[in-house]
This record gives sequence, structure tokens and C-alpha cells, in this order.
Amino acid sequence: MGIMDQFLQQLINGISLGSIYALIALGYTMVYGIIKLINFAHGDIYMVGAYIGFFCITIMNWPVLPALLVSMLLTGILGMLIERFAYRPLRSAPRISVLITAIGVSFFLEYTMMYFVTPQPRTFPSLLDDAAYHIGPFIINNQQIMIFAITIILMAILTYIVQYTKVGKAMRAVSFDTETAQLMGINSNRIISVTFGIGSALAAAAGVLVGIYYNSIDPLMGIMPGLKAFVAAVLGGIGILPGAAAGGIILGIIEALVSGFISSTFRDAAAFAILILVLLFKPSGLLGKNTNEKV
Amino acid sequence: MSSLRKTDLKAIVISLIVFAVLQGLISSEALDPFWQLNIIVICINIIMSVSLNLINGYTGQFSLGHAGFMAIGAYTGAVLSVNFHMPFIVGLITAFVTAAIIGCLIGLPTMRLSGDYLAIATLGLGEIIRIVIMNVNYVGGAAGFMGIPKSTNFAWAFFVMLFVVFFIKNYVNSSFGRACVAIRENEIAAEAMGVNTTKYKVLAFTVGAGFAGVAGCLFAHTFYIVHPSSFTFLSSFNYLIMVVMGGMGSITGSIAGAFILTTISALLSDWPELRMSIYAVVLIALMFYRPQGLFGNIEITSLPIFKRFKGGK
Amino acid sequence: MSILLEAKNISKLFGGLKAVSNFNMTINKGELVGLIGPNGAGKTTAFNLFTGVYQPTSGTLSLDGRSLLGMKPSQITQRGLARTFQNIRLFSELSVLDNVKIAYHTHLNYNLLEAAFRFGRYIKQERQIEETGRELLKIFKLEDKADEIAKNLPYGAQRRLEIARALATHPQLLLLDEPAAGMNPQETNELMDMISWIRKEYALSILLIEHDMSLVMGICERIYVLEYGSIIAQGVPDEIKKNPEVIRAYLGEEA
Ligand SMILES: Nc1ncnc2c1ncn2[C@@H]1O[C@H](COP(=O)(O)OP(=O)(O)OP(=O)(O)O)[C@@H](O)[C@H]1O
Ligand SMILES: [Mg+2]
Repeated sequence: MGIMDQFLQQLINGISLGSIYALIALGYTMVYGIIKLINFAHGDIYMVGAYIGFFCITIMNWPVLPALLVSMLLTGILGMLIERFAYRPLRSAPRISVLITAIGVSFFLEYTMMYFVTPQPRTFPSLLDDAAYHIGPFIINNQQIMIFAITIILMAILTYIVQYTKVGKAMRAVSFDTETAQLMGINSNRIISVTFGIGSALAAAAGVLVGIYYNSIDPLMGIMPGLKAFVAAVLGGIGILPGAAAGGIILGIIEALVSGFISSTFRDAAAFAILILVLLFKPSGLLGKNTNEKV
Repeated sequence: MSSLRKTDLKAIVISLIVFAVLQGLISSEALDPFWQLNIIVICINIIMSVSLNLINGYTGQFSLGHAGFMAIGAYTGAVLSVNFHMPFIVGLITAFVTAAIIGCLIGLPTMRLSGDYLAIATLGLGEIIRIVIMNVNYVGGAAGFMGIPKSTNFAWAFFVMLFVVFFIKNYVNSSFGRACVAIRENEIAAEAMGVNTTKYKVLAFTVGAGFAGVAGCLFAHTFYIVHPSSFTFLSSFNYLIMVVMGGMGSITGSIAGAFILTTISALLSDWPELRMSIYAVVLIALMFYRPQGLFGNIEITSLPIFKRFKGGK
Repeated sequence: MSILLEAKNISKLFGGLKAVSNFNMTINKGELVGLIGPNGAGKTTAFNLFTGVYQPTSGTLSLDGRSLLGMKPSQITQRGLARTFQNIRLFSELSVLDNVKIAYHTHLNYNLLEAAFRFGRYIKQERQIEETGRELLKIFKLEDKADEIAKNLPYGAQRRLEIARALATHPQLLLLDEPAAGMNPQETNELMDMISWIRKEYALSILLIEHDMSLVMGICERIYVLEYGSIIAQGVPDEIKKNPEVIRAYLGEEA
């Protein structure tokens, strides 16, 4: 394989992985935008989504699509419950308390899941045959096509919700200025809850897709992708939806290129190095605006 | 000022009594090897939490990369002992210096950031340190570094811990510490008072990192092996939790946090999954019912009991 | 009289907004000068430029003949320019005495080892700032509140503590941003006396932003009037009171 072919192949792999990051990053960025919380439990929500999908497919013998939808629905509800019972009571508490609570929720999800399903990785059944297609210079397999398709559809739906529906407008209002939104009669608690629901559902979709793509899931699978997705959100400009999507894809591509051309052991380091460069040179992210404090 | 020194003296006397009792228990084999080991781990974790408190609690700079500096100290100490046959004390001092230098190099650019951005940047840097170590074959790479002499005994761990605690206690009660607290309270006002905020932030970060290195060196010489996976961001979280649990801005709190969490963790070590679930619930409950931590920003030496102890001041 | 602070043609842009434009000001040693103007005129911005919180878009700035441009706020404080803040910025969780001790920061020169092992200069200097700190608090009638937490002080006392803290840095020039804001008339009167007194006692120059006209007219020797970022008048209080531009700025176009 020539270097160019290899590059194009890594590009496709990178976009696949990046789509997953993007779906998780969207939830991160929405939650951060609205309550300024780095929800460290978000990666574990994605893990729960993967397990729900896994059980739907293996135990219930459902096809992919219903499994995906049910996983999104249940995980969305889980996200709302977590917000309601763990984060909402701390709405006026210091930021660090909420952050520590998020770490607590994260540990709780990981190890309670581990208690029930054991730490052993589970093998996701291969649902699609491994057929690969040549499209121009690219080679794409079935799994990747499915990831692209589902990611694009979900992002389109999300864009529609945020831009054109009443809930979406309220979400933007609350994230712009919670107090003013509340004065204008928006029930900010309800909007925050919906935000967690949507974000968690997107993470669940990412979880199921990863199961299908890599064939393996385990209770600690959410830690690294969760962190990477946060990096992606910061990269694109935290709180900005297109930024999270772009950040995710960029991060995925960079990781794929680093593992393909340098060494896969450095791919995590590459992600963090990029994060730090972005933070130092453009802390508001690629798509963000700089702000300064009035004295 | 002399009353300050009297309090110091009292605290030292009490510490020596505690040491004598524990050492007695160890020498007489009243404590089994498992708990002997855990007492050393408690001392190490106290160094980690107290030094992290200097950065997070007193200076208000949210660092999530403390385990990375511990890793640097652990590997520095291990290399000096194994490859250069240096005495333990040389390892400890070099571990401090190396971790402090790297802390300073990292602190200079990152201390411009604040809040969540700083937290995530330090987390990333901590991970980078670990990944780099993992790729250096000279120190064993991903397999870990083996054959480290078991030089850390209880006496070493205890007295190094005592030294660090006193160092940081005096640090925070000097103009250096006041500068830190001023930065935490109001950075703009601190500058207006002539405090070079960058300098004091970086200094606190450097000193904190250096002592994390010392803890790492003790840690490496407690077990036969050091492994990169001991220093992930999850262990940084763990030290942060000790600090928050004890109370940010209280050294007594950090000591208590390290002691309680290490003990709980040891007690539940037979049920690893359950242990972490319980741990998580305790953590969340603590944030709900006592977000300022067990001690808030109060020190035990300022409590009435302590003053009355041995006849007051 | 020799010039202490000199600002020449300073401008500051925030995006498209000219918060301060072509601002000229000189303050002589020992003077007490007022800076007045309607809300949003750019007074606080001028302070922020003097103290290095913002860098001017253009113009020059010097203290005692040496340029202040490009310096950090802490360096400017060390050069002898101290300030208070319009929106009080105390170290609110710390004791009143500790607030003042932090301001003595630049006068302490013991090193980290002396601090960590409590020997040498540490002992002497810490004792010294403890004493001078309490004395300073006496001047501001805060001595019996020395160990209280700053945020628990009444509003007027917080404003006084801000001034005490600024004084503790040993400034040549003190910038006060609306020191009487939120005070009742009696407190304001006491404050006026206090300002006059500390100026003499410490041989200070003072620049004062204030909306309370009786205070400004009562104690300032010269006054600058700022509107939309530009100086529209300057002079002794009696001239300012009669200046038609000033009257228009304060009473609106129809006057
Ligand atoms: N950091 C900043 N970014 C953008 N605009 C600013 C900033 N600081 C001040 N301004 C603007 O500059 C103008 C002057 O503000 P400034 O605070 O200097 O007014 P002021 O004269 O002190 O008013 P007041 O009497 O209300 O205190 C205002 O329009 C203000 O909104
Ligand atoms: Mg103002």
C-alpha cells in the first residue's frame, strides 16, 4: 500500500472514530454550555448506552435500529435522573462540589455496572458483514458507513431541535443567560433536564456504534473516550455545538494519523498535546470568541 | 511569634508520640504486614494531599495532574537506586528537584489559564507525562520498572511526611502563603497589592509538584515495582478527593482526608467493585451534606481542645 | 512643584468603543486631585490604565519620570501607585488584619527557607507587620475588628479597609475609586477628614473619583471632568462649578 493510500485509509478510520467522539462531545458541550459543569460521568453514560444496546441485541435478539433507539431512550432517561438527583440539589453549591459529585457519579456507574456484568469485556455480535466498498480512492466498510449515516442523521436532528423548536430556543436562551431566561418565563430546570436527556441519548448512540465498530465493550470503556470527547469539545470551543462536532472529527483524524504513522502508544498523548496547545494559544477554542473580565 | 513556635513544638511532641506508638505496634508485630504497608501508604498519601492542597486549596489553582509529578519522582528515585546505586536520601532529594523543575516548566505556561481550563490542561499534562514514561524503554516502558530496593520503611515515610507537613504549614503561614491565598480570593486585588501573581502561582505549583515527587520516590521504594498505570488521572482524582473531603485550605483536613480514604480503601480491599461503589456514594453524600469538607478551612491547632492540651499557650 | 504622574494622549479602545480618548493629566507631588464625570465616562478605565490592568491603545504614561507602559499591575504597585476598587475587592474570606498583611507583601524580603523553618528575617519581619498592621487599622477605626472576617464588615468599614490596604503598600500616589459610595453623610464626612489627614501624615498625592460633589469640591485642589472618554474641563473647584460645559454634561443638553 502506498503512503497516499495509507493516508486516505487512516483518514476514513479517523473520521469514523471522530464521529464517535463528536457524538459524545455534543453532550459534553451542551451540558457545559448550560450549567458550566465538566460532567465527568458523561463517558460512563456512553458505556451504559453500549451495554443497553448489547443486551437488546444479544438477549432480546433485536436488530440494530430498535436496539439503538431503545438504548438512546433509556440512557436519556438515566441522564435526566442523574441530573435530577445528583446535580440539581447542588445548583448553587461551589463548582468544585459539583465536579467532585460528577466524579462520584462516574465511579458509581462504572463499578456498579462492573458488579453486575463483571469486569470482563463482552464481545459485541457482528451484525453487519465485513464487506468493504471502493469509493474513489477510499475503502469504506459497512460499519463505517453505518457510523457516518447515523452520526449525520443524529446531528441533523439535533440541529433542527436546537435551531427551530421551542425547546431548542429555550436551551439557547438558558445557556446564554440563565437568570434572564428564567425571568422571561422559561423553566430552566426543565430545560437543563432536557439537555441532559438529549446529550445522554447521543452518548448512548455513540456507545452502541462503538460496540458495533470495535466488537468489544467493558465497564471502563467510557473513561478515555469521555476524556477525549471533552478535549474535542474544548478544541472546538466549549459550549458551541458545531465546535464539538468539528473538534471530535479533527481529534479522530489526528489520532488515526498518529497511530498510523508514528505509534499507537502516542495517540493519547497527541490528543492531550493538542488540547494544551489550543488552551494556551486560543483558550476559547477554534470556533470560540475571546472574552475578558471587566474590572 | 513565640506562641506560634510553642504550637509547633506541641505538634512535634504529639507527632513523636504517635510515631513511637505506631512504631511499637509495628516492631511488636501487633500490626499484620497488610496494615504495616497501609500505614506507609497513608503517609505517602498525606504528602500527596497536603502538597496538592497548597496548589488547589490555598492558591485556588485547580490542578488535576498531581499523579504525573508523583510518577516523575517515583521513576527518578527508582533509576537512582537501581541504576546508580545512590543512597535513598539522594533519591528523595533528586526526586524533589526533578519533579519541581518539571512542575515549574509546566506551571509557567499553564498558570495563565484558570478554572476548568487549567484543570483540564493539568489533567492532560499529567497524562502526557505518564504516556511518555510508558514509551521510555530505559525505565521499563509499559511493563514497569522492576527490582527497586524496599528502602521505604515506616520511619522514613513518617518523618518525610512530617517534614513536608511542617514545611507546607509554615509556607502557608508566611508572606508566600498569604500571596497564594490572596490570589485565590481575588487575583486582581492581589496584583494591586504588589503580589506578582504569576510568580506565586508558579512557585506554589513547583513546590507542590516537588513534594509529589518525594511521595513518588517513597512509593517506588515501598513496592518492588513501579508501573505507569499507578499514575493515571484517576489517581490524581483520588488525591483531589482527599483534599476536598478534608477541606480545601486546611492541612489538618488533607491529613484526615488521606487517612480516612486510604483506610476505607484498605478495609474494603476484598470487594473491589463494591468498594468503589461505596466510595462513590460516600463522596456524593459528602458533597451534599458537607461540601466544605470535614474541616473546612480550620486547623486542629486552632481548636480549643488543642489549646487546652498540655496547659494551653 | 514636581510632576508625579503624567498621562499624555492616552486612548483606550474596547472593540469599537473609545472608553478613554486623548486623555491628558498631570498630578504634582502632594496634590489632591478629583476626577469626576457622568456614569460610563471612562473614569474607572483611566484608573485601570494607570495601574496596568489595561494597556493603553496609544499614548504615554509615567510615574516620577519613568514610563509605566508594559508593566504588570504588581510592578506598578511596587513603584508606588496604589488603588482602591469601585466594586470592593477585599480578600473576603480572610481576616481584616490579614488583608492588610498581604499589602505589606512588597516590604518583606525573607526567603522561602526562612519562612519554612521560621528563622532569621521571618521572625522579625512578621512581628513588625503584625504591629504596624494593627496601628494602621487604628487610623481607620478598624482596630477592634482586626480578627474579623472581611466580608462580615459593614459596607463603610469595607471601604475603609480598602483604603487601609492600599496605604499599606506605601504608595506615593493613591487612587481612590468612589470611596464614599454607599456611605451615609456622617460616614462621608469622617472619610473626608480621614483622607485629608492621611495625605498630610504620609505626604501622599491622591487622585479621587467621586460622585458626591460636596466631598469632591470640599477637599480637592484641582478637578478634571471627563465625559465620553474626553476631558471637557479642568481647574480649581470654583472654576469647575461655573463651567458651562460641566453644567451641560451633568444636567443634560437642555440646560
Ligand atoms: N473591559 C471592558 N470591556 C468593554 N468595555 C468596557 C470595559 N471596561 C469598561 N468598558 C466600557 O467603557 C466605558 C467606560 O467605563 P468606566 O467603567 O470607565 O466608566 P466610569 O466613568 O467609571 O463609570 P461609573 O461612574 O459608572 O463608574 C463604559 O461604556 C464601559 O461599558
Ligand atoms: Mg467607575
